[in-house]
Amino acid sequence: MLEEEKAIAEISAKLLPRLKVEKNVWKIDAEGLHYRELNSLLRAISRNGAERIEAHNVCGQRYVGTDLDAAIQIDIYGTPGNDLGAFMNGPTIVVHGNAQDGCGNTMNEGQIIVHGNAGDITGHSVRGGKIFVRGNVGYRVGIHMKEFQNKTPQLVIGGTAQDFLGEYMAGGVILILGLDLQEGEFCKARFVGTGMHGGVIYERGNILKPSKETNVMQVGKRDLRVIESLVKEFCKHFGADYNAIMNAKFHKIVPASKRPYGKLYS
Amino acid sequence: MKTYLLPEYIVERDAERCIRCKVCVNQCTYDTHYYDAEDDVIRSRDENCVNCQRCVTFCPTHAITIRKNPNAYRENSNWTWETFRDIKKQSETSGVILTGMGCDKPHFTYWDRLLLNASQVTNPSIDPLREPMEIRTYLGAKPDALEMELENGDVVLKTQLTPQLCLETPIMFSAMSYGAISLNVQEALARAATECGTYFNSGEGGLHKSLYKYGSHAIVQVASGRFGVHPEYLDVATAVEIKIGQGAKPGIGGHLPGEKVTEDVARVRMIPPGTDALSPAPQHDIYSIEDLRQLIYAIKEATNYTKPVSVKIAAVHNSAAIASGMVRAGADIIALDGVRGATGAAPKVIRDNVGIPIELAIAQVDQRLREEGIRNKASIVAAGGIRSSADVVKAIALGADAVSIATAALVAIGCTICQRCYTGKCPWGIATSDPWISKRVNPEIASERLANLLRAWSFEIKEMMGGMGINAIESLRGNRLALRGVGLTDTELKILGVKMAGE
Repeated sequence: MLEEEKAIAEISAKLLPRLKVEKNVWKIDAEGLHYRELNSLLRAISRNGAERIEAHNVCGQRYVGTDLDAAIQIDIYGTPGNDLGAFMNGPTIVVHGNAQDGCGNTMNEGQIIVHGNAGDITGHSVRGGKIFVRGNVGYRVGIHMKEFQNKTPQLVIGGTAQDFLGEYMAGGVILILGLDLQEGEFCKARFVGTGMHGGVIYERGNILKPSKETNVMQVGKRDLRVIESLVKEFCKHFGADYNAIMNAKFHKIVPASKRPYGKLYS
Repeated sequence: MKTYLLPEYIVERDAERCIRCKVCVNQCTYDTHYYDAEDDVIRSRDENCVNCQRCVTFCPTHAITIRKNPNAYRENSNWTWETFRDIKKQSETSGVILTGMGCDKPHFTYWDRLLLNASQVTNPSIDPLREPMEIRTYLGAKPDALEMELENGDVVLKTQLTPQLCLETPIMFSAMSYGAISLNVQEALARAATECGTYFNSGEGGLHKSLYKYGSHAIVQVASGRFGVHPEYLDVATAVEIKIGQGAKPGIGGHLPGEKVTEDVARVRMIPPGTDALSPAPQHDIYSIEDLRQLIYAIKEATNYTKPVSVKIAAVHNSAAIASGMVRAGADIIALDGVRGATGAAPKVIRDNVGIPIELAIAQVDQRLREEGIRNKASIVAAGGIRSSADVVKAIALGADAVSIATAALVAIGCTICQRCYTGKCPWGIATSDPWISKRVNPEIASERLANLLRAWSFEIKEMMGGMGINAIESLRGNRLALRGVGLTDTELKILGVKMAGE
């Protein structure tokens, strides 16, 4: 049996009309589908060797891309719901629109590229992979990001963030560009890096007001290499002007202590 | 600063019996004993002793006695030794007083004021030695009704059942993470659970690869730190538990200090070695019942609806209403942990003052779910202060489906409840990640001790059930007529839903 046929055999008759294959791109019409149906479609397609999926008319379906571990690209048109790519392990998700809360929750590996804005707790507890957001993000973004062995999760925010950016951050990289800010304007975020005990937050210019548990430092050569490569990727995804973005002074915010609560107990 | 703290315990060594073999010196991980070569004598630093009885147990000539320091302050019912010690300690360090294990105060225990019934004359008791006695328990959501059909003379179940945990005895091992306890202890729990047909719980420290083979008897936790949570971890387990709270420390997170995060612990938690493993107090994606539902279904979606999802909360003032919300959010199992539940480390003020006794929580949660007609949609697992098979039977009669034990399990493999788990230097090799001290627990022997305990309790449960004329554990569940109270107020009886003894 052909791979396509195998995938189709696994899909219930009700969902079949939602599916079209054009030039190796699997197109799903997600209008009105429950997330269980949408995810079961994605599972069945990805299990059978598809490389590209397009989901159209997505509107609020949660957990899109969870439980997938293939190197597959999923393009989403519309607005996916909360927990996009939760526990995800490998796929690339491109959102041509906004993402809601919990985007990339506890992701192990993979990429999420959001052309619009993303909501609260974007990148909650991510351990690996990359998240690029062209626009702004909500509250508590990058909370408890970690790193592990050769995994260093990276989160790039084109616009601004709200309070508690990088809270409890234990590893990984957050780069915030503040592209739409006026000269001298700050991000509204308060308590940036509260409880932070690992990882690094890079800011373009001087736009964050970090908490007292962090230190702000000049970036070094090694930092710049990381920033340059992330900005390059950012520009590739969103078609931004690399030189214009790099023509600014970057700073890094690092934890003041790796053991912020080490002296709390007796 | 000179310390005003007095040694809590005095080490007495019988000079005639001591053969200077130095077993005590080697066994104590707190450097209490030392050998004085000049005088050829073993001496003790009393202030280091935690009264764990390790040296006493291993001294070949029984030369050591540990005594409470008889140098007491002037008697005072309000200002006890403990309050003196804590204030002096805090005035010297300005720290939060840490402790380990469960609340050690006597005033919250209701088990001892509940008595079981037995059959006399009007209905016969059953002898479990000769008659079948069913204590197998299934945990998970049960359907509202069962639909069956006859096919070729056989009854075939038409209702699609949701995933269930099958327990051969209604006792599981509570969540204890690798890092809080040693890998040897976790392995012993895993082996005993597998042997006895029940489950152990990884806690939130991830699951060591060497324990994956016990996955069919493993429950894994997803907690606020999300340590070690990755697709394989969710796949290998039989159930997934979302940890909201713990009886010993409701409402607060956990800090595993960097020094306990060894290479191996770090690998399993999936963090760099030596860093603090901080579990925030809340799960930052859960601020409401709706958010809980979102995480429950994220896990169900990530495991393709193949595993029951448990949600663990500490028993607190509004547990019944919270539990109702949890069931409506899609939890298949509700794990309740009472105020006497233990921990590897918690601020003492939290452990001893926050939460409610498990007995009251079971009764109220069971009652509420029954009243709302949703009791079948989730199983109730009770923990936090289960010390014996009688406590198990009483918990089930109050409305639990099963219980979890941790302190009792650790006592079975050597723990003496010295309450110093947070130091990571457990002389019994239990609450430590030090590879050297961990060797004191042999997983094979420890799992045998655990399996023995479960078998003994299981038989005792059958004896008590038989005495009441009950031959299946379902008939005991929520059967509060099997209970009577003594020494309880009307309000306490009402909340427990039991009658006064003699009534």
